[in-house]
Amino acid sequence: MDNLLVANNVSKKFGTFTALNNVSIAVPHGSIFGLLGPNGAGKTTLIRIINQITMPDSGEVFLDGAPLSPLHIRDIGYLPEERGLYKSMKVGEQALYLAQLKGLSKSEAKERLKYWFDKLDISDWWNKKIEELSKGQAQKIQFVVTVLHRPKLLIFDEPFSGFDPINANLIKDEILQLRDEGATVIFSTHRMESVEELCDHIALIHKSNKVLDGKLTDIKRSFKTNTFEVGLQTSNASEVIREIEQHFEVLPATFKNLNEDLKLNVRLNAQSSPNELLTFLTSKAEVHHFVEVIPSANDIFIQTVQNN
Amino acid sequence: MNHLSLIIKREYLTKVKNKSFIVMTILSPLIFVALFGVVAYLSQLNNNKERTIAILDASGMLENAFENSTYTKYNILSAVSLDEALEIVKLSKDYGLLYIPENAEIKDISKGIKFYSEESPSLTIMSSLEGKLEKSLTDIQLLNEGVDIEKIKSSKISVEIDQESFSGQKSSKIDNLLKLAFGGAAGYLLFMFIIIYGNMIMRSVIEEKTSRIIEVIISSVKPIQLMMGKIIGTSLAGITQFAIWVVLGGIILSVGSAVFGMNISEMQASQTAAVQEAMQTPQAENMAQNVILAIQNLPLTNLVIAFLFFFIGGYLLYSSLYAAIGAAVDNETDTQQFMMPILMPLILAVYVGVFTVIEDPHGTISTVFSFIPFTSPVVMLMRIPFGVPIWQQIVSLLLLIGTFIFTVWFAAKIYRVGILMYGKKPSYKELIKWLKY
Repeated sequence: MDNLLVANNVSKKFGTFTALNNVSIAVPHGSIFGLLGPNGAGKTTLIRIINQITMPDSGEVFLDGAPLSPLHIRDIGYLPEERGLYKSMKVGEQALYLAQLKGLSKSEAKERLKYWFDKLDISDWWNKKIEELSKGQAQKIQFVVTVLHRPKLLIFDEPFSGFDPINANLIKDEILQLRDEGATVIFSTHRMESVEELCDHIALIHKSNKVLDGKLTDIKRSFKTNTFEVGLQTSNASEVIREIEQHFEVLPATFKNLNEDLKLNVRLNAQSSPNELLTFLTSKAEVHHFVEVIPSANDIFIQTVQNN
Repeated sequence: MNHLSLIIKREYLTKVKNKSFIVMTILSPLIFVALFGVVAYLSQLNNNKERTIAILDASGMLENAFENSTYTKYNILSAVSLDEALEIVKLSKDYGLLYIPENAEIKDISKGIKFYSEESPSLTIMSSLEGKLEKSLTDIQLLNEGVDIEKIKSSKISVEIDQESFSGQKSSKIDNLLKLAFGGAAGYLLFMFIIIYGNMIMRSVIEEKTSRIIEVIISSVKPIQLMMGKIIGTSLAGITQFAIWVVLGGIILSVGSAVFGMNISEMQASQTAAVQEAMQTPQAENMAQNVILAIQNLPLTNLVIAFLFFFIGGYLLYSSLYAAIGAAVDNETDTQQFMMPILMPLILAVYVGVFTVIEDPHGTISTVFSFIPFTSPVVMLMRIPFGVPIWQQIVSLLLLIGTFIFTVWFAAKIYRVGILMYGKKPSYKELIKWLKY
């Protein structure tokens, strides 16, 4: 597959502390790439290297096949986690300034800002100072400034923090739309439900090393344990459990459903198929619930981090 | 438009449009003039106070030595004892009592003279009394020895040495004063400029850190571009402020002198008269000529060019350090420990300038400090009016530029790392470590 961004064996040390150790990632064109990891794992360092804020000690980063150079600054839009705007500067002036720093001409920037301000219905903020806006409002401006120059690569570090659910949704839709229009997105967050919702690829960095990466579906497949959630209605629960245990591995389950069912997690062994389990169950009790347990991003994250 | 000019423009405009900047720019000259006026008025008031000094001359020889002037009256007491005289003075609330003892020998009289007063007397009054006494006693002594005072007076000769350098340049003492004024003004201006606008740069760096915009900016521009843009933009704002001050100061002065001119001239009538009287003497004419000659004698071209180079060099040297400090800390209260090492050489430079350049502009200390890059801008600017060989200026400037490049490099390193560091205040050790990041 064609990759927009490729990082090869990137390492970075701060004094004696290793922030990144031979990390390689490949971000496919048009994907939303989740960059995950516990606090202090080295995500921000990697992002800063991609943004050419920090230089790597060794390793190379390619954007669209070419080694990173100052020319690439306008191809990248970066919304850092530590973000802010000049408090006493007016919204419009500030947005124009930041857009011009990204290489847009003044007239071009004005035109696009008008488009975005209309779209997000914030045109009347133009002459306000940032300090007069709420945090969420300022975040919106920040988002607009990040995407204004239509970069090929968008990097969002915790983009939803500070937004209420409605605005978070709005921003999420904008991100998806930008992706559909051809942008590639690197998305760093601790909120696993948004990873689940948005990302098609992920990489997990832990203690300066990359410990996991690939398509989210592939990773989930590799993490699944052939376990099924089962909800049964029966008058003789202990008898049914005993009988299932003779053929399959049974674990307690905690899923929610409407009935007062007997809830079990049943793991298949290598030879058996889901159909066999289902047939077996229907012969013993009334089946109300039968779902394969797919590991959530959250599970994968915790499991991977704890195993390393 | 390229990044640097964009940054300079923004820094300049935000500074200039800032309300406190506008207020300071307009108010400062007013406050300055007002303060000046108050001080002038107060000192005038002080001089104009009428004082009465009682004199008890037991020797009876010096009664004619004291003539009443506009503000000082002498009350000659006679036929009373010292204790009685003291009582009288206390009751009449006179400024003080001058007691001259009785003695046959003039020399012994001078030893016993005493001044009694409620508070310790002012220095000017004491020296004026001493002068009067000395003159009268000397005259009496001369008379006693049978010397003709008139002859002495008429044979007094005043000497003023004309100075000329080996290259044929004429100069005078006034020349030196003028040089000192020029050099002092230039050096002091640089000192003030560094402190005021260096602080401004530092605050603006801290602001970017605390508002957390820094990472957004440096994902678009190089930190060194941001730093240089900040330094240049702030300096331009500073120059604008200075220019406005000069213009505004000029206007206020001329308006002020037009309105209060009469007043002032009345108040100073006596002094002016004295000066005018003095002007008519041949010596004073000489003086006026000397001032003009002195200004012509100043190495003006050299002065202007050197001023520009040393001013810019010195300013950039220090302001880059201010920027680095701003980057290293999170808030202004943490800057103290880093400010000392910057302020020390600056203050040292001004002291060296004031104390040693006046004494001997080409002495060892002045010369050495005019080469050390951290003090050279101030000290060299003070020395140049006295004529510094061009090679010395060039060597000093080269050293300054070399150091400037080093400090900018150093500051940029600190800046680059520091702007992304939040939390605890770094130690010097950590700063050194940052250089290797």
